[in-house]
Amino acid sequence: MLDWFPKNISTFGAEIDHVFYLIFYIVGIGFLVGEALIVYFLFRYRRRDGQKARYVDGETWAQSAWILIPAVIVLVLDLWIDFAGAKAYEAVKGDTPVAEVVVQMGSKQFNWIITYPGPDGTFGTPDDMVKENDLHVPINKVVKLLLTSEDVIHSFFVPVLRLKQDILPGREIESWFEATETGTYEIACAELCGYGHYTMRGFLHVHSDEDYAAWLAKSWPAPEAEPAAE
Amino acid sequence: MSKEEHAGNGHTEDLGFWRKYIFSIDHKTIGKQYLFLSLFMALVGGLMAYYMRWQIAWPETAVPGAGWIPEPTAYDGIIPPEFYNALVTMHGTIMVFFVGMPFLLGAFGNFLIPLMIGADDMAFPRLNMMSFWTIFLGSLVMIASFFFEGGSASAGWTGYAPLSADPIHTGANWGMNLWILGLALEFTSFLMGGVNFLTTTVTMRAPGLSMFRLPLMVWMQITAAVIFMLSVGPLIAGAILLLLDRTIGTGFFIAERGGDPLLWQHLFWFFGHPEVYVVLLPGLGAIMEILPVFSRKPIFGYRTIIWSTIVAGVLSFIVWAHHMFVSGMDPRLVMPFSITTILISVPFAIVIFAFMATLWGGSLTFPTPMLFAIGTILTFIIGGVTGIFNGSAPVDIYIHDTYFVVSHFHYTLFPDVFLGGFAALYFWFPKMFGRMMNETLGKIHFWWTMIAFNVVFIPMFVLGLGGHMRRIYNPLQYDFLKPMQEMNQFITWAAICLLIGQIPFIINFFWSLFKGKKAGDNPWNANTLEWAAPTPVPHGNFATVPSVYHGPYEYSLPGSETDWQPQHLQSGPTTSA
Amino acid sequence: MSVAATASEYQATHTIRGKMGMWWFLASEIMVFGGFLAIYILYRMASGGAWAAHAEHVSATIGTFNTVLLLTSSLTMVKAFEYIDADDREKARNFLLFTVLLGVAFLGVKGFEYSKEIAAGYTPLSGIFWSFYYALTGLHGLHVLAGVILNFSLFMMAARGTLWPKTQGRVEYAGLYWHFVDLIWIFLFPLLYLSY
Repeated sequence: MLDWFPKNISTFGAEIDHVFYLIFYIVGIGFLVGEALIVYFLFRYRRRDGQKARYVDGETWAQSAWILIPAVIVLVLDLWIDFAGAKAYEAVKGDTPVAEVVVQMGSKQFNWIITYPGPDGTFGTPDDMVKENDLHVPINKVVKLLLTSEDVIHSFFVPVLRLKQDILPGREIESWFEATETGTYEIACAELCGYGHYTMRGFLHVHSDEDYAAWLAKSWPAPEAEPAAE
Repeated sequence: MSKEEHAGNGHTEDLGFWRKYIFSIDHKTIGKQYLFLSLFMALVGGLMAYYMRWQIAWPETAVPGAGWIPEPTAYDGIIPPEFYNALVTMHGTIMVFFVGMPFLLGAFGNFLIPLMIGADDMAFPRLNMMSFWTIFLGSLVMIASFFFEGGSASAGWTGYAPLSADPIHTGANWGMNLWILGLALEFTSFLMGGVNFLTTTVTMRAPGLSMFRLPLMVWMQITAAVIFMLSVGPLIAGAILLLLDRTIGTGFFIAERGGDPLLWQHLFWFFGHPEVYVVLLPGLGAIMEILPVFSRKPIFGYRTIIWSTIVAGVLSFIVWAHHMFVSGMDPRLVMPFSITTILISVPFAIVIFAFMATLWGGSLTFPTPMLFAIGTILTFIIGGVTGIFNGSAPVDIYIHDTYFVVSHFHYTLFPDVFLGGFAALYFWFPKMFGRMMNETLGKIHFWWTMIAFNVVFIPMFVLGLGGHMRRIYNPLQYDFLKPMQEMNQFITWAAICLLIGQIPFIINFFWSLFKGKKAGDNPWNANTLEWAAPTPVPHGNFATVPSVYHGPYEYSLPGSETDWQPQHLQSGPTTSA
Repeated sequence: MSVAATASEYQATHTIRGKMGMWWFLASEIMVFGGFLAIYILYRMASGGAWAAHAEHVSATIGTFNTVLLLTSSLTMVKAFEYIDADDREKARNFLLFTVLLGVAFLGVKGFEYSKEIAAGYTPLSGIFWSFYYALTGLHGLHVLAGVILNFSLFMMAARGTLWPKTQGRVEYAGLYWHFVDLIWIFLFPLLYLSY
């Protein structure tokens, strides 16, 4: 198996990779056949004594079928590829499944501003916690991101999740993922956002259930420290 | 209008140097002016690519040959991020608008259309002159933009708002305003050019030259002109709004002032995708002229090709949002745009199959123009098939804004503009300058360019699949990009090779200009009308208006003694209109 | 086919070329204004009713008056072309002048309107409606100005008698352009002045 991708740790990533390889093998075969035919023609029909060029102008239906039928095959394969991909796109960009963790993923030149709602699960309360560039999530849980930007367009990109979403100033864009492997991974900005674009790097920490509980306990130390919900 | 605009038909005149070579209204001189401008701008764009690639491969080290750039643009050859972003932006802008268009449309459109249709000049020669000087001014403005405080435009060639809509986001102020102005001048130039191309082709064809006897190059040129004229309007409106946002502080594209940043992307790509075909079609048009000549065979499916490209042109207006699958637009729009994108691959597949069918059963010879033409087809196919990955919405989520995309569009534009453009130049050079280009140097140029280009851009697909984002100043910032750094360095070496590979061309071009073997009127035994004009072509082109009796590609006609049948000669079996 | 075309044939193809060139030019202009108006309408729909409060401060009276001016100028332009066709040079010249004057009057009224609005505190920065208002009418105004200059140069040629015998066809192209500018206003007027 060809291995060009970074490893995949999201529930939908495998499907995207699958669509990629489907396209790869279909167009790969078409590509090789096409190029081989051209090279063969170049060799076979090079100028030789006693071999005249054929007068074929391709204006009759019988002749143009030679190019139209392959084009119809291309169309059918293309549509196959397209509809095969529709489900994978829907899985990533369609409706978010019921989320167990919700995080506000803010962005500005050139930082990720991550707001956790805290134990009460709502934003805008005193137990919110704001962190720069560090996104902590539990494994095997649906994480919903509310993406916002303070200045220009950024793009949330985590290669191992196969997830990319542009962030538009003035809007809150929803995105989601479910990570299937623990570890620390890099978050990149994928849309040119100014001179510090290349430094806009964050970290995705995927914790096991125990580690996540420990991180929660560390971040919001004691339940009694939590102010009563008003 | 004045007399000389309609003088012609063997008319010779004694114009001074300025009227003859600088402010000329002769379409051939104007075509050559476009040619020199585009080749010069290609060197500028190539130099930018070199600086950019060096910075990516060996970040924040002094770039050899950049020491002359004054502070604060660069520091002893070390390129700061602002300048890197400006290089990225201007490389794209220059290569598409100041190389691709003036080379393929400006130079070859102007030079060839009147000759190919048997006319004495363009319909509006003065407008033609103005169109050149307008883009010339635009080029000066573009280059001047580097010398303003904050540097040139640095929001990418796509200029996404709001990064482009307020100087505080990039630090580039007047540099970026001039970028908009330079583009506006370029658009104006090609609107004038488009009016000329269309009017000339429709009203000035030689007797007997029906629309379906036109050489395909002319068809491609006018199709491109129509696509350009109809797609650029909304972007002109958008550019005005962007300039107002930047200068007086309106908020058309700025969310907190009531505007919408996403709108710019719609306007840009509504133009941007058709623009790809504006550049693409004339390059393919050159291939369509060259293949039959060196196959000694008619182009396969003349009418099918014309209708295919017209369909592609129409479809190009309804595919733009495939550039925006992760932009945050309504996901319900994705499937319709994905399907139109899929549909547009079909007419181009037809054109490529027609090229293959043209080669089949031919009697092929391989002088330099033919080599470049075949090279164009072989590499353009890669651009075509990789487009399917981008067009697939789920895969695009991952590869959008990575080097995969960069490599893909270089695989569509480079074969077309450079390989196709060089094919055209080697092919029509004898008619333009009266001399042949050197074959040996031409073949060295071809193999070097062809190999180096693929060595640069095949690895770039792999980088993209590894998740390598484009427009990254220093890839070493990311741990996951570090293992790819060696490949980045390899690509940079290959890119340097590709640039060096153009030296044989430059030598060949200038040497042939003065010392090349004198060319006859029709060195390739080709049918179309431009070869019926004397070489060098006088002002007014044809001694007598040619009459046309045949289609453009009547090669190896059964019952004919020769394997070619010039359009203007009545002899030989007649063919239908 | 004889090479030398007769003078009248030459004039005929010449006119066709000029007209066709103008039509192609106008086609691209339609896309500029069409794109512009499409943006405006999309924004306006997305804004809900928020723009109405701004839009009611433009003066429909002045707008209507200007509409009348511009429509009348189209009529005088048609007249000028009719007299060109009938070879009545004096009347053609006069109607060119009327067209120019009406165009200038339109610009004058527009300038007066701008100054009134700016005095009332409505500048291009007073909200997105006003940004659109100034950008759209400003771009249209520039087109009117170009038309006035074009028509004025034709009037000067007519006054000096140099318009004939070879260049009188230009009045027709200028007329096409002038009607186009008028047509754009016909779209702008209801969208900007009447739709709150």
